[in-house]
Amino acid sequence: MKDNIYLYLLVAAGVTYLIRALPMTLIRKNIKNKYIRSFLYYVPYVTLAVMTFPAILSATANVISAAVGFGVALLIAYFDGNLFKVAMGGCVAVFLVELFL
Amino acid sequence: MKSIKRKENRTWFLKGMRHGVPIGLGYFAVAFTLGIQAKSIGMTPLQSALMSFTMHASAGEFAAMTVIAAGSGYVEMAITQLVINLRYLLMSCALSQKVSEKMPFIHRFFISYYITDEIFGISSTVDGKLNPRYTYGAALVASPGWVLGTYLGAVVGNILPDNVSSAMSVALYGMFLAIIIPPARKHKVIAVIVVVSMLASYGFTVLAQAVSEYITISSGMRILILTVLIAGIAAVVRPIEESEGSANEG
Repeated sequence: MKDNIYLYLLVAAGVTYLIRALPMTLIRKNIKNKYIRSFLYYVPYVTLAVMTFPAILSATANVISAAVGFGVALLIAYFDGNLFKVAMGGCVAVFLVELFL
Repeated sequence: MKSIKRKENRTWFLKGMRHGVPIGLGYFAVAFTLGIQAKSIGMTPLQSALMSFTMHASAGEFAAMTVIAAGSGYVEMAITQLVINLRYLLMSCALSQKVSEKMPFIHRFFISYYITDEIFGISSTVDGKLNPRYTYGAALVASPGWVLGTYLGAVVGNILPDNVSSAMSVALYGMFLAIIIPPARKHKVIAVIVVVSMLASYGFTVLAQAVSEYITISSGMRILILTVLIAGIAAVVRPIEESEGSANEG
């Protein structure tokens, strides 16, 4: 196993890169079809929402701190929207809650 | 004219770096577990750092280590990576429409390298077309967090106190919320999509646990299936008209 570990990593990295690079390099024109355009426009919102919930609830040492972090981040995102503030606000909230638990 | 362009590029680059900070913090915390796992299967810290630098994919890297530890073949490695990382194909399609047709081709190669969940998230939702410098700025700050976290995890194990690690892991999710909530506030369609996606994701997770004895569905596959399904339905029910689309994006 020791000898070919670099070959394993090369295969893994190669496949991963190809998946990421093929559409980006092959689809060079703007897509005209309005359904495909709409689909691709909605993709990030669905993907990120799916990745966030319920995963965020198990990201910390316990569900309560995670739920509070989620709530705080949600509120800051809604009323302020600044990416840095939202992320840090969530972190600080989790940290504080876990101090008291 | 040229200097205006340069100034704009600089602004995008710096903005990317700023947005890369929470990503880098989250990466650092999450990558520790990758390093710890790498050490446990006999990889050296440098090998684990190399893996993280060349892949930038947490589920993909865990899967890679499983294949390496089991000593399965290279074909199995390729197939595993294809399945677990398939969602990036979709993200790459979406990003291909977010960059200008006129952007020099070479940028497509470099941007592709950094299509992670997080960097894709911020890059695909900027106002208007994506300036590649934004992605590079974010990657420049975020990637070292990922690689360094992996390396340190392999060298020293988990030195981060639990509560610090907890807090840092939440940075990534907070960042996701910062991307999706403000547009959801402005556009009702996106608000509905976000809520439906979260509920569906929860339902899917519960279901996957219930049947986990018989079949394992990776989180990457869950993301892919739900994205195709929900974005697909949304596109049919609420297609964006040409003018409306540019208004949404601009």
